[in-house]
Amino acid sequence: MNLVDIVFYAFAVLIVVSAFIVVFSKNIMHSAFALMFTLLGIAAFYVLLNADFLAMTQIMVYIGGILILIIFGVMLTTRLTNVDIKKKNIQIMPAAILTAIIGGTLCGVFWNTKWMSFYAPYVDTTADYIGLILLTNYILPFEAVSVLLLVAIIGAALIARRKA
Amino acid sequence: MTVGLSHYLVISAILFSLGLFAILTRKNAIMVLMGIELVLNSANLNFVAFSRFGRMNLEGHIATIFVIILAAAEAAIALAIILNIYHNYFSVNVDEIDKLKE
Repeated sequence: MNLVDIVFYAFAVLIVVSAFIVVFSKNIMHSAFALMFTLLGIAAFYVLLNADFLAMTQIMVYIGGILILIIFGVMLTTRLTNVDIKKKNIQIMPAAILTAIIGGTLCGVFWNTKWMSFYAPYVDTTADYIGLILLTNYILPFEAVSVLLLVAIIGAALIARRKA
Repeated sequence: MTVGLSHYLVISAILFSLGLFAILTRKNAIMVLMGIELVLNSANLNFVAFSRFGRMNLEGHIATIFVIILAAAEAAIALAIILNIYHNYFSVNVDEIDKLKE
Protein backbone atom coordinates (compact mmCIF):
# COMPACT_ATOMS: atom_id res chain seq x y z
CA MET A 1 0.00 0.00 0.00
CA ASN A 2 1.79 3.10 -1.17
CA LEU A 3 1.21 6.73 -0.37
CA VAL A 4 -1.27 7.37 -3.19
CA ASP A 5 -3.53 4.58 -1.93
CA ILE A 6 -3.45 5.91 1.63
CA VAL A 7 -4.36 9.40 0.38
CA PHE A 8 -7.15 7.90 -1.73
CA TYR A 9 -8.68 6.03 1.19
CA ALA A 10 -8.41 9.05 3.50
CA PHE A 11 -10.26 11.27 1.05
CA ALA A 12 -12.76 8.50 0.25
CA VAL A 13 -13.67 8.35 3.94
CA LEU A 14 -13.93 12.16 4.04
CA ILE A 15 -16.22 12.24 1.01
CA VAL A 16 -18.54 9.45 2.12
CA VAL A 17 -18.84 10.64 5.74
CA SER A 18 -19.49 14.26 4.81
CA ALA A 19 -21.96 13.22 2.11
CA PHE A 20 -23.84 11.23 4.76
CA ILE A 21 -23.90 14.35 6.93
CA VAL A 22 -25.21 16.38 3.98
CA VAL A 23 -28.06 13.98 3.41
CA PHE A 24 -29.03 13.04 6.95
CA SER A 25 -28.34 16.17 8.99
CA LYS A 26 -31.44 17.80 10.43
CA ASN A 27 -29.91 21.26 10.34
CA ILE A 28 -29.66 22.58 6.80
CA MET A 29 -26.71 24.82 7.70
CA HIS A 30 -24.72 21.75 8.81
CA SER A 31 -25.60 20.14 5.49
CA ALA A 32 -24.27 23.15 3.61
CA PHE A 33 -20.98 23.08 5.49
CA ALA A 34 -20.62 19.31 5.10
CA LEU A 35 -21.14 19.79 1.36
CA MET A 36 -17.97 21.90 1.37
CA PHE A 37 -15.93 18.93 2.62
CA THR A 38 -17.49 16.65 0.02
CA LEU A 39 -16.54 19.08 -2.74
CA LEU A 40 -13.02 19.44 -1.33
CA GLY A 41 -12.63 15.66 -1.33
CA ILE A 42 -13.76 15.51 -4.96
CA ALA A 43 -11.16 18.16 -5.79
CA ALA A 44 -8.50 16.00 -4.09
CA PHE A 45 -9.65 13.05 -6.19
CA TYR A 46 -9.20 15.19 -9.29
CA VAL A 47 -5.63 15.86 -8.20
CA LEU A 48 -5.06 12.12 -7.72
CA LEU A 49 -6.52 11.54 -11.19
CA ASN A 50 -4.06 13.97 -12.75
CA ALA A 51 -6.71 16.60 -13.50
CA ASP A 52 -5.04 19.67 -12.05
CA PHE A 53 -7.06 22.23 -14.01
CA LEU A 54 -10.33 20.57 -13.02
CA ALA A 55 -9.30 20.47 -9.37
CA MET A 56 -8.76 24.22 -9.34
CA THR A 57 -12.00 24.78 -11.28
CA GLN A 58 -13.85 22.63 -8.76
CA ILE A 59 -12.52 24.63 -5.83
CA MET A 60 -13.17 28.01 -7.44
CA VAL A 61 -16.56 27.38 -9.04
CA TYR A 62 -18.13 24.90 -6.64
CA ILE A 63 -16.75 25.98 -3.28
CA GLY A 64 -16.20 29.62 -4.13
CA GLY A 65 -19.36 30.08 -6.14
CA ILE A 66 -22.14 27.52 -5.91
CA LEU A 67 -21.67 26.73 -2.23
CA ILE A 68 -21.63 30.42 -1.26
CA LEU A 69 -24.79 30.86 -3.33
CA ILE A 70 -26.43 27.93 -1.53
CA ILE A 71 -25.47 29.32 1.89
CA PHE A 72 -26.92 32.70 0.88
CA GLY A 73 -30.09 30.89 -0.14
CA VAL A 74 -30.26 29.09 3.20
CA MET A 75 -29.78 32.28 5.17
CA LEU A 76 -32.30 34.23 3.09
CA THR A 77 -35.06 31.63 3.21
CA THR A 78 -34.87 30.28 6.77
CA ARG A 79 -35.30 32.04 10.05
CA LEU A 80 -32.14 30.96 11.82
CA THR A 81 -33.45 31.43 15.34
CA ASN A 82 -36.70 29.67 14.62
CA VAL A 83 -37.44 25.96 14.62
CA ASP A 84 -38.28 26.47 10.96
CA ILE A 85 -34.73 25.49 10.01
CA LYS A 86 -35.28 21.89 11.07
CA LYS A 87 -37.29 20.19 8.40
CA LYS A 88 -38.95 16.83 8.49
CA ASN A 89 -38.43 14.42 5.67
CA ILE A 90 -41.00 12.63 3.57
CA GLN A 91 -41.26 9.23 1.94
CA ILE A 92 -38.35 7.76 3.87
CA MET A 93 -39.03 4.07 3.39
CA PRO A 94 -39.82 3.93 -0.37
CA ALA A 95 -36.91 6.26 -1.09
CA ALA A 96 -34.54 4.18 1.05
CA ILE A 97 -35.53 0.96 -0.70
CA LEU A 98 -35.25 2.53 -4.16
CA THR A 99 -31.91 4.15 -3.37
CA ALA A 100 -30.51 0.95 -1.86
CA ILE A 101 -31.50 -1.02 -4.97
CA ILE A 102 -30.00 1.52 -7.36
CA GLY A 103 -26.85 2.06 -5.32
CA GLY A 104 -26.28 -1.64 -4.75
CA THR A 105 -26.74 -2.40 -8.43
CA LEU A 106 -24.35 0.37 -9.45
CA CYS A 107 -21.70 -0.69 -6.92
CA GLY A 108 -21.99 -4.34 -7.97
CA VAL A 109 -21.73 -3.53 -11.66
CA PHE A 110 -18.82 -1.15 -11.15
CA TRP A 111 -16.95 -3.58 -8.92
CA ASN A 112 -17.45 -6.77 -10.91
CA THR A 113 -16.94 -5.48 -14.44
CA LYS A 114 -13.56 -6.18 -15.99
CA TRP A 115 -12.66 -2.65 -17.07
CA MET A 116 -10.12 -2.25 -19.82
CA SER A 117 -7.92 0.28 -18.13
CA PHE A 118 -4.91 1.82 -19.77
CA TYR A 119 -2.98 3.64 -17.12
CA ALA A 120 -1.08 6.34 -18.95
CA PRO A 121 1.96 7.97 -17.34
CA TYR A 122 1.48 11.20 -15.48
CA VAL A 123 1.52 14.40 -17.49
CA ASP A 124 2.78 17.71 -16.13
CA THR A 125 -0.22 19.85 -16.88
CA THR A 126 -3.52 19.37 -18.63
CA ALA A 127 -4.51 23.02 -18.95
CA ASP A 128 -2.76 23.69 -22.27
CA TYR A 129 -4.21 20.63 -23.96
CA ILE A 130 -7.69 21.39 -22.58
CA GLY A 131 -7.43 24.91 -23.98
CA LEU A 132 -6.30 23.52 -27.33
CA ILE A 133 -9.22 21.13 -27.83
CA LEU A 134 -11.68 23.57 -26.28
CA LEU A 135 -10.87 26.08 -29.02
CA THR A 136 -10.67 23.59 -31.90
CA ASN A 137 -12.95 20.56 -31.57
CA TYR A 138 -15.30 22.07 -29.01
CA ILE A 139 -15.51 25.66 -30.20
CA LEU A 140 -19.28 25.50 -30.88
CA PRO A 141 -20.25 24.17 -27.40
CA PHE A 142 -17.80 26.65 -25.88
CA GLU A 143 -19.50 29.62 -27.55
CA ALA A 144 -22.98 28.22 -26.88
CA VAL A 145 -22.23 27.81 -23.19
CA SER A 146 -20.93 31.38 -22.97
CA VAL A 147 -24.22 32.64 -24.41
CA LEU A 148 -26.06 30.38 -21.97
CA LEU A 149 -24.16 31.88 -19.02
CA LEU A 150 -25.13 35.37 -20.17
CA VAL A 151 -28.77 34.29 -20.41
CA ALA A 152 -28.55 32.72 -16.96
CA ILE A 153 -27.11 35.90 -15.43
CA ILE A 154 -29.82 38.11 -16.92
CA GLY A 155 -32.56 35.59 -16.10
CA ALA A 156 -31.47 35.14 -12.49
CA ALA A 157 -31.29 38.88 -11.91
CA LEU A 158 -34.71 39.34 -13.51
CA ILE A 159 -36.38 36.51 -11.58
CA ALA A 160 -34.90 37.36 -8.20
CA ARG A 161 -35.86 41.03 -8.35
CA ARG A 162 -38.95 41.75 -6.32
CA LYS A 163 -41.83 43.37 -8.05
CA ALA A 164 -41.95 47.09 -7.40
CA MET B 1 -5.02 -3.80 -3.10
CA THR B 2 -3.88 -0.97 -5.26
CA VAL B 3 -6.37 1.74 -6.18
CA GLY B 4 -7.79 1.36 -9.67
CA LEU B 5 -10.71 2.51 -11.75
CA SER B 6 -13.27 0.47 -9.76
CA HIS B 7 -12.51 2.28 -6.51
CA TYR B 8 -13.33 5.68 -7.98
CA LEU B 9 -16.47 4.30 -9.61
CA VAL B 10 -17.71 2.79 -6.36
CA ILE B 11 -17.19 6.09 -4.52
CA SER B 12 -19.13 7.88 -7.25
CA ALA B 13 -21.93 5.28 -7.02
CA ILE B 14 -22.19 5.92 -3.27
CA LEU B 15 -22.32 9.67 -3.87
CA PHE B 16 -24.98 9.21 -6.54
CA SER B 17 -27.16 7.12 -4.21
CA LEU B 18 -26.87 9.64 -1.39
CA GLY B 19 -27.73 12.52 -3.71
CA LEU B 20 -30.72 10.61 -5.05
CA PHE B 21 -31.89 9.93 -1.51
CA ALA B 22 -31.62 13.62 -0.65
CA ILE B 23 -33.60 14.58 -3.77
CA LEU B 24 -36.35 12.05 -2.97
CA THR B 25 -36.78 12.67 0.74
CA ARG B 26 -35.90 16.22 1.73
CA LYS B 27 -38.68 18.79 1.84
CA ASN B 28 -36.56 21.91 1.71
CA ALA B 29 -35.94 23.01 -1.88
CA ILE B 30 -32.36 24.02 -1.08
CA MET B 31 -31.66 20.50 0.21
CA VAL B 32 -32.99 19.15 -3.09
CA LEU B 33 -30.54 21.46 -4.82
CA MET B 34 -27.68 20.09 -2.70
CA GLY B 35 -28.72 16.56 -3.68
CA ILE B 36 -28.54 17.57 -7.32
CA GLU B 37 -25.03 18.91 -6.75
CA LEU B 38 -24.01 15.57 -5.23
CA VAL B 39 -25.36 13.67 -8.24
CA LEU B 40 -23.59 16.01 -10.69
CA ASN B 41 -20.33 15.62 -8.77
CA SER B 42 -20.56 11.84 -8.91
CA ALA B 43 -21.05 12.03 -12.68
CA ASN B 44 -18.05 14.35 -12.93
CA LEU B 45 -15.93 11.94 -10.92
CA ASN B 46 -16.90 9.16 -13.33
CA PHE B 47 -15.93 11.27 -16.35
CA VAL B 48 -12.53 12.14 -14.92
CA ALA B 49 -11.82 8.59 -13.71
CA PHE B 50 -12.63 7.08 -17.11
CA SER B 51 -10.54 9.78 -18.73
CA ARG B 52 -7.56 8.98 -16.48
CA PHE B 53 -7.72 5.25 -16.97
CA GLY B 54 -8.46 5.47 -20.69
CA ARG B 55 -5.02 6.55 -21.90
CA MET B 56 -5.40 10.04 -20.41
CA ASN B 57 -7.91 11.08 -23.05
CA LEU B 58 -8.96 14.60 -22.11
CA GLU B 59 -12.43 14.57 -23.68
CA GLY B 60 -13.78 13.53 -20.29
CA HIS B 61 -12.29 16.66 -18.77
CA ILE B 62 -14.13 18.75 -21.37
CA ALA B 63 -17.42 17.06 -20.45
CA THR B 64 -16.71 17.79 -16.78
CA ILE B 65 -16.03 21.46 -17.50
CA PHE B 66 -19.36 21.80 -19.28
CA VAL B 67 -21.15 20.05 -16.42
CA ILE B 68 -19.59 22.45 -13.91
CA ILE B 69 -20.63 25.46 -16.02
CA LEU B 70 -24.19 24.20 -16.34
CA ALA B 71 -24.31 23.44 -12.60
CA ALA B 72 -23.31 27.02 -11.82
CA ALA B 73 -26.00 28.43 -14.12
CA GLU B 74 -28.57 26.01 -12.74
CA ALA B 75 -27.75 26.90 -9.12
CA ALA B 76 -28.11 30.63 -9.84
CA ILE B 77 -31.48 30.23 -11.58
CA ALA B 78 -32.79 27.74 -9.02
CA LEU B 79 -31.91 30.02 -6.10
CA ALA B 80 -33.58 32.96 -7.82
CA ILE B 81 -36.73 30.88 -8.22
CA ILE B 82 -36.51 29.70 -4.60
CA LEU B 83 -36.21 33.29 -3.36
CA ASN B 84 -39.29 34.21 -5.36
CA ILE B 85 -41.21 31.27 -3.92
CA TYR B 86 -40.15 32.32 -0.43
CA HIS B 87 -41.51 35.82 -0.99
CA ASN B 88 -44.88 34.36 -1.94
CA TYR B 89 -45.24 31.39 0.43
CA PHE B 90 -42.84 32.24 3.32
CA SER B 91 -41.47 28.71 3.14
CA VAL B 92 -39.54 26.68 0.61
CA ASN B 93 -41.07 23.24 1.19
CA VAL B 94 -41.51 21.57 -2.13
CA ASP B 95 -44.62 19.66 -1.05
CA GLU B 96 -46.56 22.81 -0.17
CA ILE B 97 -45.94 24.70 -3.40
CA ASP B 98 -48.90 23.65 -5.51
CA LYS B 99 -50.33 26.87 -6.94
CA LEU B 100 -49.28 28.58 -10.13
CA LYS B 101 -51.28 31.70 -9.30
CA GLU B 102 -52.64 33.26 -6.16
